[in-house]
Amino acid sequence: MTCREVVELMTDYLDGFLSPADRARFEDHIHGCDGCRAYLAQLRTARSLIGRAADEPVPEPLKAELMNAFRSWKSS
Amino acid sequence: MLFSSRTPWPEEPSTYPGPRVVREPTDPDLEALRSKDEAAFEALIGRYHGPMMRLAMTYLRDRGAAEDAVQETWLTCLKTLDRFEGRSSLKTWIFGILLNVARSRRRKESRILPFTSLFRREGGDDRGPTVDPRRFGKDGMWSTPPDSWSNVPETRLLDRETGEKVKAAIEQLPSKQREVVILRDVAGFEADEVCALLSISQANQRVRLHRGRASVRKTLEEYLR
Ligand SMILES: [Zn+2]
Repeated sequence: MTCREVVELMTDYLDGFLSPADRARFEDHIHGCDGCRAYLAQLRTARSLIGRAADEPVPEPLKAELMNAFRSWKSS
Repeated sequence: MLFSSRTPWPEEPSTYPGPRVVREPTDPDLEALRSKDEAAFEALIGRYHGPMMRLAMTYLRDRGAAEDAVQETWLTCLKTLDRFEGRSSLKTWIFGILLNVARSRRRKESRILPFTSLFRREGGDDRGPTVDPRRFGKDGMWSTPPDSWSNVPETRLLDRETGEKVKAAIEQLPSKQREVVILRDVAGFEADEVCALLSISQANQRVRLHRGRASVRKTLEEYLR
């Protein structure tokens, strides 16, 4: 496997979609390749930073409207 | 119509072995909503607000329009909760409603807005390498390998400016990659849940996720250099 091929398999690797044989070849390559290890670490970091985009407070006016709607739903 | 006849989750396969399993409502969020627990509702809208906004902005032109879609989604959830059968998780059900709401609002928007302001980078390129080929030698091995980010201080990775960069990078993705990246990595859905929500194949899901994450990585690499 070349680095050029390995980088395109990384999402499948992280998701566990590689066949056992491909996974073994992938891991063999990664163990001997600083560049691909760095790339995989970067992809993992990118994934977790993307996850931080989930942190966003509900704006107060929207929250107030939704809670009002909930209360009238509750009492209906 | 918010609900098409096609539900956003798959039917049980007809070859399903054994008796039909009626899923008991063991989801604590669902239990709390059904018992009209106000604090639980408040926690739920807080927890899903970021992912819902990101997803709505895939379809709608600005934050205001996205907020309206999120609001309509919650109102629809309350109104139709007693019809929710628990065939999917509560979370999948909520995001399925949001997809319907946002798509239907976009259809209305597209009638009043100039064509070019929507549909930017609509389809997206699903082929070709995700890493600049010039970074590899003739043998396919790195000639310009990536830097390790282990010496980038964590405070920098987690600061506000990096966060804004990442959000901007997500918004620049072609919409089909963007919705998969948001559902997987922002909303935290599993691959098969995303396939069901978007009615796409596993192969499509994987290609779009891979290309989307690779683009965000590239933006970060340039930014953190
Ligand atoms: Zn390599």
